[in-house]
Amino acid sequence: MKIIATDRNGKEHVLEGRNDWSVMEILRDAGLPVAAECGGACACATCHVYVDQEWLDKLPPRSDAETDMLDMALAVEPNSRLSCQITCKPELDGIKVTVAPE
Amino acid sequence: MAIETDVAILGAGPCALFAVFELGLLDLKAELVDILDRPGGQCTELYPEKPIYDIPGLPVVNGQELTDRLLDQIKPFRAGFHLGQMANGLQRLGDGRWQLSTDAGTEIIAPVVLIAAGAGSFVPKRPPIAGIEAYEGKSVHYAVRKMDAFRDRDVVIAGGGDSALDWTLNLAPIAKSLTLVHHRDGFRAQQHSVNRMRELAAEGKIKFHVASVKGLHGAEGQLEAVTLSGADKQEWRHACDTFLPFFGLTIKLGPIAEFGLNLHENLVAVDTARFESETPGIFAIGDIATYPGKLKLILCGFHEAALMAQAAFHICRPNEKLRFQYTTSSSSLQKKLGVA
Repeated sequence: MKIIATDRNGKEHVLEGRNDWSVMEILRDAGLPVAAECGGACACATCHVYVDQEWLDKLPPRSDAETDMLDMALAVEPNSRLSCQITCKPELDGIKVTVAPE
Repeated sequence: MAIETDVAILGAGPCALFAVFELGLLDLKAELVDILDRPGGQCTELYPEKPIYDIPGLPVVNGQELTDRLLDQIKPFRAGFHLGQMANGLQRLGDGRWQLSTDAGTEIIAPVVLIAAGAGSFVPKRPPIAGIEAYEGKSVHYAVRKMDAFRDRDVVIAGGGDSALDWTLNLAPIAKSLTLVHHRDGFRAQQHSVNRMRELAAEGKIKFHVASVKGLHGAEGQLEAVTLSGADKQEWRHACDTFLPFFGLTIKLGPIAEFGLNLHENLVAVDTARFESETPGIFAIGDIATYPGKLKLILCGFHEAALMAQAAFHICRPNEKLRFQYTTSSSSLQKKLGVA
Protein backbone atom coordinates (compact mmCIF):
# COMPACT_ATOMS: atom_id res chain seq x y z
CA MET A 1 0.00 0.00 0.00
CA LYS A 2 1.05 3.56 -0.63
CA ILE A 3 0.91 6.53 1.70
CA ILE A 4 0.92 9.95 0.10
CA ALA A 5 2.37 12.28 2.69
CA THR A 6 2.71 16.04 2.38
CA ASP A 7 5.46 17.58 4.50
CA ARG A 8 5.45 21.00 6.17
CA ASN A 9 6.84 22.63 3.04
CA GLY A 10 4.00 21.29 0.93
CA LYS A 11 6.16 18.67 -0.75
CA GLU A 12 4.46 15.38 -1.51
CA HIS A 13 6.15 12.06 -0.71
CA VAL A 14 4.89 8.69 -1.91
CA LEU A 15 5.81 6.15 0.73
CA GLU A 16 5.51 2.40 0.83
CA GLY A 17 3.34 1.40 3.77
CA ARG A 18 3.79 -1.91 5.54
CA ASN A 19 0.88 -3.91 6.81
CA ASP A 20 0.33 -3.58 10.55
CA TRP A 21 2.90 -0.80 10.88
CA SER A 22 1.56 2.52 12.03
CA VAL A 23 1.53 5.41 9.60
CA MET A 24 3.76 7.24 12.11
CA GLU A 25 6.45 4.58 11.76
CA ILE A 26 6.37 4.85 7.97
CA LEU A 27 6.59 8.65 8.09
CA ARG A 28 9.42 8.56 10.63
CA ASP A 29 11.40 5.91 8.75
CA ALA A 30 11.10 8.01 5.61
CA GLY A 31 12.71 10.89 7.47
CA LEU A 32 9.62 13.08 7.62
CA PRO A 33 9.66 15.43 10.59
CA VAL A 34 7.26 13.68 12.93
CA ALA A 35 8.85 13.84 16.36
CA ALA A 36 6.84 10.89 17.71
CA GLU A 37 8.40 11.60 21.08
CA CYS A 38 6.61 8.84 22.96
CA GLY A 39 7.41 6.25 20.31
CA GLY A 40 3.82 5.40 19.43
CA ALA A 41 2.17 5.16 22.83
CA CYS A 42 -0.53 7.76 22.10
CA ALA A 43 1.08 9.83 24.85
CA CYS A 44 2.56 12.95 23.27
CA ALA A 45 0.61 14.21 20.22
CA THR A 46 3.81 14.90 18.27
CA CYS A 47 2.85 12.64 15.33
CA HIS A 48 -0.17 14.78 14.49
CA VAL A 49 -1.34 14.64 10.86
CA TYR A 50 -4.32 15.84 8.85
CA VAL A 51 -6.03 13.06 6.92
CA ASP A 52 -7.57 13.99 3.57
CA GLN A 53 -11.34 14.14 3.85
CA GLU A 54 -11.93 11.31 1.36
CA TRP A 55 -9.90 8.94 3.56
CA LEU A 56 -11.21 10.06 6.90
CA ASP A 57 -14.33 7.90 6.83
CA LYS A 58 -12.31 4.81 5.92
CA LEU A 59 -10.40 5.00 9.20
CA PRO A 60 -11.60 3.50 12.44
CA PRO A 61 -12.84 6.38 14.61
CA ARG A 62 -10.53 7.97 17.15
CA SER A 63 -10.34 6.22 20.48
CA ASP A 64 -11.09 8.30 23.57
CA ALA A 65 -7.38 8.21 24.34
CA GLU A 66 -6.53 9.65 20.93
CA THR A 67 -9.21 12.33 21.20
CA ASP A 68 -7.90 13.30 24.63
CA MET A 69 -4.30 13.32 23.45
CA LEU A 70 -5.20 15.58 20.53
CA ASP A 71 -6.04 18.22 23.15
CA MET A 72 -2.27 18.52 23.53
CA ALA A 73 -1.72 18.97 19.79
CA LEU A 74 -1.46 22.33 18.08
CA ALA A 75 -3.70 23.55 15.25
CA VAL A 76 -6.20 20.71 15.61
CA GLU A 77 -8.77 20.40 12.83
CA PRO A 78 -11.72 18.05 12.39
CA ASN A 79 -9.51 15.83 10.21
CA SER A 80 -6.69 15.69 12.76
CA ARG A 81 -5.38 12.26 13.73
CA LEU A 82 -2.37 10.91 15.54
CA SER A 83 -0.48 8.91 12.94
CA CYS A 84 0.69 6.37 15.52
CA GLN A 85 -2.96 5.36 15.85
CA ILE A 86 -3.49 4.66 12.13
CA THR A 87 -2.52 1.15 11.12
CA CYS A 88 -1.44 0.44 7.55
CA LYS A 89 -3.66 -2.02 5.71
CA PRO A 90 -4.52 -2.72 2.08
CA GLU A 91 -7.84 -0.82 2.27
CA LEU A 92 -5.88 2.34 2.99
CA ASP A 93 -3.80 2.09 -0.19
CA GLY A 94 -3.31 5.67 -1.39
CA ILE A 95 -4.23 7.37 1.90
CA LYS A 96 -3.28 11.04 1.91
CA VAL A 97 -1.94 12.69 5.04
CA THR A 98 -0.34 16.03 5.77
CA VAL A 99 2.16 16.52 8.59
CA ALA A 100 0.71 19.10 11.01
CA PRO A 101 2.67 22.19 12.03
CA GLU A 102 5.19 21.86 14.81
CA MET B 1 28.69 29.09 45.22
CA ALA B 2 29.66 26.30 42.88
CA ILE B 3 29.01 22.71 43.93
CA GLU B 4 32.01 20.43 43.48
CA THR B 5 31.32 16.80 42.71
CA ASP B 6 32.63 13.88 40.69
CA VAL B 7 30.06 13.72 37.92
CA ALA B 8 27.66 16.40 36.73
CA ILE B 9 24.70 14.74 35.04
CA LEU B 10 22.44 16.47 32.52
CA GLY B 11 19.07 14.83 32.81
CA ALA B 12 17.24 12.87 35.49
CA GLY B 13 15.54 10.21 33.42
CA PRO B 14 15.91 6.46 34.05
CA CYS B 15 19.42 6.19 32.58
CA ALA B 16 20.66 9.20 34.55
CA LEU B 17 19.18 7.72 37.73
CA PHE B 18 20.78 4.33 37.17
CA ALA B 19 24.07 6.09 36.40
CA VAL B 20 23.92 7.50 39.95
CA PHE B 21 23.76 3.90 41.17
CA GLU B 22 26.68 2.63 39.10
CA LEU B 23 28.77 5.69 40.00
CA GLY B 24 27.81 5.34 43.65
CA LEU B 25 29.10 1.76 43.81
CA LEU B 26 32.47 3.21 42.82
CA ASP B 27 32.20 5.96 45.45
CA LEU B 28 31.64 8.63 42.83
CA LYS B 29 29.22 11.42 43.76
CA ALA B 30 26.79 12.94 41.28
CA GLU B 31 24.69 16.06 40.87
CA LEU B 32 21.80 16.01 38.41
CA VAL B 33 20.17 18.87 36.50
CA ASP B 34 16.81 18.52 34.78
CA ILE B 35 14.43 21.04 33.28
CA LEU B 36 11.43 19.08 34.56
CA ASP B 37 10.42 19.67 38.15
CA ARG B 38 10.60 15.97 39.07
CA PRO B 39 12.88 13.07 38.17
CA GLY B 40 11.94 10.47 35.57
CA GLY B 41 12.31 12.30 32.27
CA GLN B 42 10.08 10.98 29.51
CA CYS B 43 8.95 8.10 31.76
CA THR B 44 7.14 10.41 34.15
CA GLU B 45 6.40 13.27 31.76
CA LEU B 46 5.06 11.33 28.79
CA TYR B 47 3.90 7.95 30.03
CA PRO B 48 3.72 7.74 33.83
CA GLU B 49 0.78 5.33 33.57
CA LYS B 50 1.73 3.41 30.45
CA PRO B 51 3.11 -0.08 30.97
CA ILE B 52 6.70 -0.94 29.99
CA TYR B 53 7.30 -4.64 29.35
CA ASP B 54 10.99 -4.83 28.48
CA ILE B 55 12.78 -3.99 31.70
CA PRO B 56 14.71 -7.13 32.67
CA GLY B 57 13.21 -8.76 35.71
CA LEU B 58 10.12 -6.56 35.78
CA PRO B 59 7.46 -8.22 33.59
CA VAL B 60 5.45 -5.00 33.67
CA VAL B 61 6.12 -1.62 35.20
CA ASN B 62 4.81 1.83 34.37
CA GLY B 63 6.92 4.93 33.86
CA GLN B 64 6.18 6.35 37.29
CA GLU B 65 6.82 3.12 39.12
CA LEU B 66 10.10 2.51 37.31
CA THR B 67 11.21 6.01 38.30
CA ASP B 68 10.13 5.49 41.91
CA ARG B 69 11.99 2.20 42.07
CA LEU B 70 15.15 3.75 40.63
CA LEU B 71 14.94 6.62 43.12
CA ASP B 72 14.60 4.07 45.89
CA GLN B 73 17.58 2.13 44.55
CA ILE B 74 19.87 5.20 44.45
CA LYS B 75 18.77 6.67 47.76
CA PRO B 76 21.95 5.53 49.61
CA PHE B 77 24.08 7.62 47.28
CA ARG B 78 22.39 10.93 48.12
CA ALA B 79 22.82 12.54 44.72
CA GLY B 80 21.99 16.23 44.44
CA PHE B 81 18.99 17.08 42.27
CA HIS B 82 18.65 20.49 40.61
CA LEU B 83 15.19 20.28 39.10
CA GLY B 84 13.20 22.79 37.09
CA GLN B 85 16.46 24.18 35.71
CA MET B 86 17.85 24.21 32.22
CA ALA B 87 21.55 23.50 31.85
CA ASN B 88 22.66 26.36 29.67
CA GLY B 89 26.42 26.56 29.87
CA LEU B 90 29.38 24.21 29.90
CA GLN B 91 32.96 25.35 30.05
CA ARG B 92 36.32 23.81 30.75
CA LEU B 93 38.17 25.25 33.73
CA GLY B 94 41.90 25.83 33.95
CA ASP B 95 42.38 22.71 36.09
CA GLY B 96 40.76 20.52 33.44
CA ARG B 97 37.44 20.12 35.21
CA TRP B 98 34.12 21.18 33.75
CA GLN B 99 31.72 23.80 35.00
CA LEU B 100 28.07 23.26 34.19
CA SER B 101 25.71 26.18 34.75
CA THR B 102 21.95 26.42 34.74
CA ASP B 103 19.43 29.18 34.09
CA ALA B 104 18.67 29.17 37.83
CA GLY B 105 22.25 30.10 38.67
CA THR B 106 23.38 26.66 39.83
CA GLU B 107 27.02 25.91 39.06
CA ILE B 108 28.44 22.42 39.25
CA ILE B 109 32.14 21.71 38.91
CA ALA B 110 33.21 18.15 38.12
CA PRO B 111 35.93 16.29 36.25
CA VAL B 112 33.27 14.31 34.39
CA VAL B 113 30.08 15.46 32.70
CA LEU B 114 27.48 12.88 31.78
CA ILE B 115 24.91 13.83 29.18
CA ALA B 116 21.83 11.69 29.75
CA ALA B 117 19.41 14.22 28.35
CA GLY B 118 17.23 11.96 26.23
CA ALA B 119 16.08 13.99 23.25
CA GLY B 120 16.83 17.28 24.99
CA SER B 121 14.76 19.60 27.15
CA PHE B 122 11.04 19.53 27.64
CA VAL B 123 9.77 22.96 26.67
CA PRO B 124 6.22 24.28 26.21
CA LYS B 125 4.63 23.70 22.83
CA ARG B 126 4.43 26.94 20.90
CA PRO B 127 1.26 27.33 18.83
CA PRO B 128 1.98 27.84 15.12
CA ILE B 129 0.66 31.42 15.06
CA ALA B 130 2.58 33.91 12.94
CA GLY B 131 4.63 36.38 14.96
CA ILE B 132 3.95 34.81 18.37
CA GLU B 133 7.65 35.06 19.35
CA ALA B 134 7.39 38.85 19.53
CA TYR B 135 4.81 38.61 22.33
CA GLU B 136 6.44 35.85 24.37
CA GLY B 137 7.41 36.86 27.88
CA LYS B 138 5.46 40.08 27.65
CA SER B 139 1.86 39.22 26.85
CA VAL B 140 2.05 35.58 25.78
CA HIS B 141 3.11 33.17 28.54
CA TYR B 142 3.44 29.39 28.62
CA ALA B 143 3.43 29.14 32.38
CA VAL B 144 2.02 31.09 35.30
CA ARG B 145 4.78 31.97 37.73
CA LYS B 146 2.96 34.66 39.70
CA MET B 147 -0.81 34.76 39.52
CA ASP B 148 -0.82 38.39 40.48
CA ALA B 149 0.78 39.27 37.15
CA PHE B 150 -2.62 38.57 35.60
CA ARG B 151 -4.72 40.66 37.95
CA ASP B 152 -7.14 42.93 36.06
CA ARG B 153 -5.98 41.48 32.75
CA ASP B 154 -8.12 40.45 29.83
CA VAL B 155 -6.90 36.90 29.53
CA VAL B 156 -7.37 34.31 26.80
CA ILE B 157 -6.42 30.74 27.69
CA ALA B 158 -6.12 28.05 25.01
CA GLY B 159 -6.05 24.31 25.58
CA GLY B 160 -8.08 21.45 26.98
CA GLY B 161 -5.82 19.76 29.49
CA ASP B 162 -5.41 20.18 33.21
CA SER B 163 -3.14 23.22 32.95
CA ALA B 164 -5.63 25.10 30.78
CA LEU B 165 -8.54 24.25 33.07
CA ASP B 166 -6.67 24.77 36.34
CA TRP B 167 -5.47 28.21 35.30
CA THR B 168 -8.91 29.10 34.00
CA LEU B 169 -10.35 28.34 37.43
CA ASN B 170 -7.49 30.01 39.34
CA LEU B 171 -7.26 33.17 37.28
CA ALA B 172 -11.00 33.73 36.77
CA PRO B 173 -11.45 35.52 40.13
CA ILE B 174 -8.57 37.94 39.62
CA ALA B 175 -8.55 38.60 35.88
CA LYS B 176 -10.67 41.40 34.49
CA SER B 177 -12.05 38.98 31.95
CA LEU B 178 -11.19 35.41 31.09
CA THR B 179 -11.94 33.51 27.92
CA LEU B 180 -11.13 29.84 27.44
CA VAL B 181 -10.86 28.56 23.89
CA HIS B 182 -10.54 24.92 22.90
CA HIS B 183 -10.97 23.17 19.58
CA ARG B 184 -13.77 20.94 20.86
CA ASP B 185 -16.47 20.94 23.50
CA GLY B 186 -14.72 18.19 25.44
CA PHE B 187 -11.62 18.13 27.61
CA ARG B 188 -8.96 15.71 28.70
CA ALA B 189 -8.77 17.56 32.01
CA GLN B 190 -10.16 16.33 35.34
CA GLN B 191 -13.95 16.15 35.17
CA HIS B 192 -14.49 18.23 38.31
CA SER B 193 -12.42 21.05 36.80
CA VAL B 194 -14.45 20.87 33.61
CA ASN B 195 -17.69 20.96 35.59
CA ARG B 196 -16.53 23.97 37.56
CA MET B 197 -15.46 25.75 34.37
CA ARG B 198 -18.90 25.16 32.86
CA GLU B 199 -20.54 26.55 35.99
CA LEU B 200 -18.43 29.71 35.78
CA ALA B 201 -19.33 30.05 32.10
CA ALA B 202 -23.04 29.57 32.89
CA GLU B 203 -22.80 32.25 35.58
CA GLY B 204 -21.20 34.59 33.05
CA LYS B 205 -17.97 34.82 35.02
CA ILE B 206 -15.88 33.47 32.17
CA LYS B 207 -16.45 32.78 28.49
CA PHE B 208 -15.82 29.49 26.76
CA HIS B 209 -15.62 29.20 22.98
CA VAL B 210 -15.11 26.14 20.84
CA ALA B 211 -12.53 27.91 18.75
CA SER B 212 -8.84 28.28 18.18
CA VAL B 213 -6.52 31.26 18.13
CA LYS B 214 -5.45 31.99 14.56
CA GLY B 215 -3.81 35.38 14.83
CA LEU B 216 -2.36 37.88 17.28
CA HIS B 217 -2.68 41.66 17.07
CA GLY B 218 -0.73 44.25 18.99
CA ALA B 219 2.45 46.27 18.99
CA GLU B 220 5.86 45.97 20.60
CA GLY B 221 5.05 42.71 22.29
CA GLN B 222 1.83 43.98 23.82
CA LEU B 223 -1.20 42.04 22.70
CA GLU B 224 -4.40 43.97 21.92
CA ALA B 225 -6.56 41.27 20.40
CA VAL B 226 -6.57 37.74 19.02
CA THR B 227 -8.32 36.35 15.98
CA LEU B 228 -10.48 33.41 16.95
CA SER B 229 -11.81 30.87 14.50
CA GLY B 230 -14.88 28.91 15.51
CA ALA B 231 -15.97 25.40 14.66
CA ASP B 232 -17.85 26.83 11.64
CA LYS B 233 -14.62 28.55 10.46
CA GLN B 234 -16.10 31.97 11.17
CA GLU B 235 -13.38 34.28 12.38
CA TRP B 236 -13.70 37.17 14.78
CA ARG B 237 -11.48 39.47 16.78
CA HIS B 238 -11.47 39.24 20.51
CA ALA B 239 -9.89 42.06 22.53
CA CYS B 240 -7.44 40.89 25.19
CA ASP B 241 -4.04 41.79 26.59
CA THR B 242 -2.81 38.34 27.68
CA PHE B 243 -2.70 34.99 25.92
CA LEU B 244 -1.82 31.78 27.77
CA PRO B 245 -1.50 28.74 25.49
CA PHE B 246 -1.36 25.42 27.39
CA PHE B 247 -0.63 22.56 25.00
CA GLY B 248 1.80 20.63 27.14
CA LEU B 249 5.45 20.07 26.51
CA THR B 250 7.58 18.99 23.62
CA ILE B 251 11.25 18.12 23.45
CA LYS B 252 13.85 20.41 21.93
CA LEU B 253 17.58 19.79 22.04
CA GLY B 254 18.11 23.22 23.57
CA PRO B 255 21.42 24.66 24.79
CA ILE B 256 23.27 21.32 24.48
CA ALA B 257 23.62 22.27 20.83
CA GLU B 258 25.90 25.12 21.92
CA PHE B 259 28.15 23.08 24.22
CA GLY B 260 30.74 22.59 21.50
CA LEU B 261 30.10 18.86 21.23
CA ASN B 262 30.39 17.14 17.92
CA LEU B 263 26.73 16.32 17.38
CA HIS B 264 25.42 13.92 14.77
CA GLU B 265 21.79 14.73 14.00
CA ASN B 266 21.32 16.01 17.55
CA LEU B 267 22.96 12.94 19.07
CA VAL B 268 26.29 12.61 20.85
CA ALA B 269 28.58 10.05 19.26
CA VAL B 270 30.32 7.87 21.85
CA ASP B 271 32.61 4.86 21.85
CA THR B 272 31.11 1.65 23.15
CA ALA B 273 33.83 0.81 25.68
CA ARG B 274 33.62 4.01 27.71
CA PHE B 275 30.58 5.88 26.37
CA GLU B 276 32.76 8.95 26.19
CA SER B 277 32.16 11.57 23.52
CA GLU B 278 34.85 12.92 21.25
CA THR B 279 35.49 15.50 23.99
CA PRO B 280 37.46 13.83 26.80
CA GLY B 281 35.63 13.92 30.11
CA ILE B 282 32.20 14.30 28.52
CA PHE B 283 30.21 11.11 28.40
CA ALA B 284 26.76 10.35 27.00
CA ILE B 285 24.30 7.54 27.64
CA GLY B 286 20.67 6.81 26.89
CA ASP B 287 18.64 8.16 23.98
CA ILE B 288 21.04 11.03 23.30
CA ALA B 289 24.03 8.73 22.76
CA THR B 290 24.71 7.19 19.39
CA TYR B 291 27.06 4.43 18.23
CA PRO B 292 26.85 1.62 15.70
CA GLY B 293 23.95 -0.63 16.63
CA LYS B 294 22.46 1.79 19.16
CA LEU B 295 18.93 1.01 20.27
CA LYS B 296 16.90 3.59 22.15
CA LEU B 297 15.86 1.26 24.93
CA ILE B 298 16.00 1.94 28.65
CA LEU B 299 17.77 -1.36 29.20
CA CYS B 300 20.57 -0.34 26.80
CA GLY B 301 20.98 2.89 28.76
CA PHE B 302 21.46 0.87 31.95
CA HIS B 303 24.31 -1.08 30.37
CA GLU B 304 25.82 2.15 29.07
CA ALA B 305 25.67 3.61 32.58
CA ALA B 306 27.65 0.71 34.03
CA LEU B 307 30.49 0.99 31.52
CA MET B 308 30.50 4.78 31.67
CA ALA B 309 30.97 4.62 35.46
CA GLN B 310 34.09 2.47 35.13
CA ALA B 311 35.66 4.93 32.70
CA ALA B 312 34.59 7.94 34.76
CA PHE B 313 36.29 6.40 37.80
CA HIS B 314 39.70 6.56 36.13
CA ILE B 315 39.22 10.25 35.37
CA CYS B 316 37.91 11.14 38.83
CA ARG B 317 40.38 8.94 40.76
CA PRO B 318 43.46 8.76 38.53
CA ASN B 319 45.67 7.39 41.30
CA GLU B 320 43.33 4.73 42.59
CA LYS B 321 42.87 1.17 41.47
CA LEU B 322 39.35 0.23 40.47
CA ARG B 323 38.20 -2.85 42.30
CA PHE B 324 35.44 -4.61 40.38
CA GLN B 325 33.01 -6.22 42.79
CA TYR B 326 29.57 -7.81 42.85
CA THR B 327 26.79 -6.48 45.05
CA THR B 328 25.83 -10.06 45.95
CA SER B 329 29.17 -10.84 47.56
CA SER B 330 30.94 -7.61 48.43
CA SER B 331 30.44 -6.47 51.99
CA SER B 332 31.91 -3.05 51.13
CA LEU B 333 29.32 -2.54 48.37
CA GLN B 334 26.61 -3.76 50.70
CA LYS B 335 27.75 -1.24 53.27
CA LYS B 336 27.44 1.54 50.68
CA LEU B 337 23.95 0.32 49.90
CA GLY B 338 23.08 0.33 53.58
CA VAL B 339 22.17 -3.36 53.63
CA ALA B 340 25.18 -4.76 55.45
